Amino acid sequence: MLRYIVRRIFWGIAMLIIVSALTFIIFYLFPSADPAQLRAGRNPNPGAVAAIRHSLGLDKPFYVQYWEYMKGLVLHFNLGYSYFNQASVRSQIFARLPVTASLAFGALILWMLIGIPIGIISAIKPRSFLDRLTMSGSLVAISAPVYWLGLVALFLFANDIGVVHLFPGSGTYVPFSQSPTRWFGSLILPWFVLAASFAAFYARMVRAQVRETMSEDFIRTARAKGLSERRVIFRHGLRAALTPVVTMAGLDLSGLLGGAILTETVFNIPGVGRYAYDAIVNSDFPPIQGTVLFSAFFIISANIIVDVVYAFLDPRVRF
Amino acid sequence: MALLEIRDLHVHFRTHDGVVRAVEGARLSVDRGQTLGIVGESGSGKSVTALTTIGLTRFPNATITGEIEFDGMNLVTLPDKQMRSVRGKRIAMIFQDPLSSLHPLFKVGWQIVEAIRTHENVSKKAARERAIDALREVGIPNPEKRIDNYPHELSGGMRQRVMIAMALVLKPDVLIADEPTTALDVTVQAQILDLIRKLKDEYGTAVIMITHDLGVIAEIADEVAVMYAGRVMERTTREQLFTVPELPYTWGLMRSIPRLDAPRPGRLDSISGLPPSLIHLPSGCPFHPRCPYVMDICVKSDPQLEASEPGHLVACHLPSAERQQIGRDLQAGYTA
Repeated sequence: MLRYIVRRIFWGIAMLIIVSALTFIIFYLFPSADPAQLRAGRNPNPGAVAAIRHSLGLDKPFYVQYWEYMKGLVLHFNLGYSYFNQASVRSQIFARLPVTASLAFGALILWMLIGIPIGIISAIKPRSFLDRLTMSGSLVAISAPVYWLGLVALFLFANDIGVVHLFPGSGTYVPFSQSPTRWFGSLILPWFVLAASFAAFYARMVRAQVRETMSEDFIRTARAKGLSERRVIFRHGLRAALTPVVTMAGLDLSGLLGGAILTETVFNIPGVGRYAYDAIVNSDFPPIQGTVLFSAFFIISANIIVDVVYAFLDPRVRF
Repeated sequence: MALLEIRDLHVHFRTHDGVVRAVEGARLSVDRGQTLGIVGESGSGKSVTALTTIGLTRFPNATITGEIEFDGMNLVTLPDKQMRSVRGKRIAMIFQDPLSSLHPLFKVGWQIVEAIRTHENVSKKAARERAIDALREVGIPNPEKRIDNYPHELSGGMRQRVMIAMALVLKPDVLIADEPTTALDVTVQAQILDLIRKLKDEYGTAVIMITHDLGVIAEIADEVAVMYAGRVMERTTREQLFTVPELPYTWGLMRSIPRLDAPRPGRLDSISGLPPSLIHLPSGCPFHPRCPYVMDICVKSDPQLEASEPGHLVACHLPSAERQQIGRDLQAGYTA
């Protein structure tokens, strides 16, 4: 077990190096714009552009740039500085992480609370009215793009531009430490928008899992023992059916911790995703690299954690 | 009066393709300390009959008629709640594949304790003691340790022993065993059958042994019912079945067993054709399309289960004397 974890961590680090190299190469080959040009202002003279390029180190060969970047990262955990405002990428990400975490955890709780019960009910009563309604509704929710859903939600319910003035709209985020109630209010719409497609997806997944489990032989045994149907479903059925769902949720959460780019952008929430979006628009490479690495770090660690946790949830899994 | 008596049981399932007539007028009975063997191919209605007995075929699309009389109750119409107190407590059932029949994520001890505490108001500790005793009784070495194993940590034979322990820990009146040895190695099969017989003798449990294997019947059954297309076509004692089988279908089953005590035929016989669709049953006798002795009447009229001689019921249009002659010759051919 310990050897397995060590090996997984080793490979995780290797993966991070590969991800960073790929990001570097992609940006070097296909920059969204020339960072030096962007910084030099309108109608710059070539000398000024060259000077900026030199000061940012962009005139060095890319492998030297990469080497220096990695040196800073490994030795000092330094993710570099923004080309635009010289802000430390590391401190920016850490400052924004609680914002993204608020969004991601809230959405996770919401989609689990919506998706799992719906999935269970439609699995137990297949082809019922409720089953058909929720399953077709979930198809809509899965198909709707997040940014569209976000804009529709703002249009309908935002308390500034909405048809019904119900919830705080875009750009109203307040840190929890400042005002828990306003923090909560500002996140209601983003939580629902972000959770919608996940809830729909989880409802369908739980439904499929529960239906499959309920046709297993051990469920027949549980019934043959004379257990109540409630106990058969909730104790025997769900224990087996929900194990994969829990691990799935871990992976999805880690994906969101790297930044819910679309939701954060639509609702103008100052999280990691919004930071990445701004960096891409501004061709600001260090924050792009930083957010990509952070995102990869969360996904890789969640994969390791989930695999280890699975061994506890399912005794058949051994390393 | 028998302990468990099934009379004229019909179980139909409505499906998209039509009505599946899984059981058509089955008639069976079993007594304390007795083993009833039910033999037949897949789809002959043996398992559905068994599951119906413990009320596990009460699906929304099922129609169940007839009577299953057990200790003064009719299990066909018994309300769900009372059915649950019969199921597991008074009539227990074990299944074919013990690996998939045990919950993979719970320890075997937990599963046995759950069975005990569902029906009896005892402490966890006492239930655990009883579970250990039950495991010891079914021949599991080191039961104090094994009780904390997960099913996947045990061998196939051990798992089936766990299933048996779980079924018998509440000392049920009836044990239904649905192909309990089919998924096991041959040597383990014999051990499991021995165990079931031993426990039956010890507690006077009535056993219903469902199998497609006449070898298992020969090993353990007192009475035998041969099922085909949802009906019981022949019913007699084991001795009678193996000396004078009277049903063409039974002859087919017997001919398709390889024998060591007879000259080796060029090819092993098999029953021609396939078991009938339970949605579109053949007219008359359901076996007639596959029967080498088919007569005109077989196509038109469905034979009823009638006594050929005391204690031997057969549903076949062939004259009884002819049937006995063929059956006797068939069995004599092997021992000659």
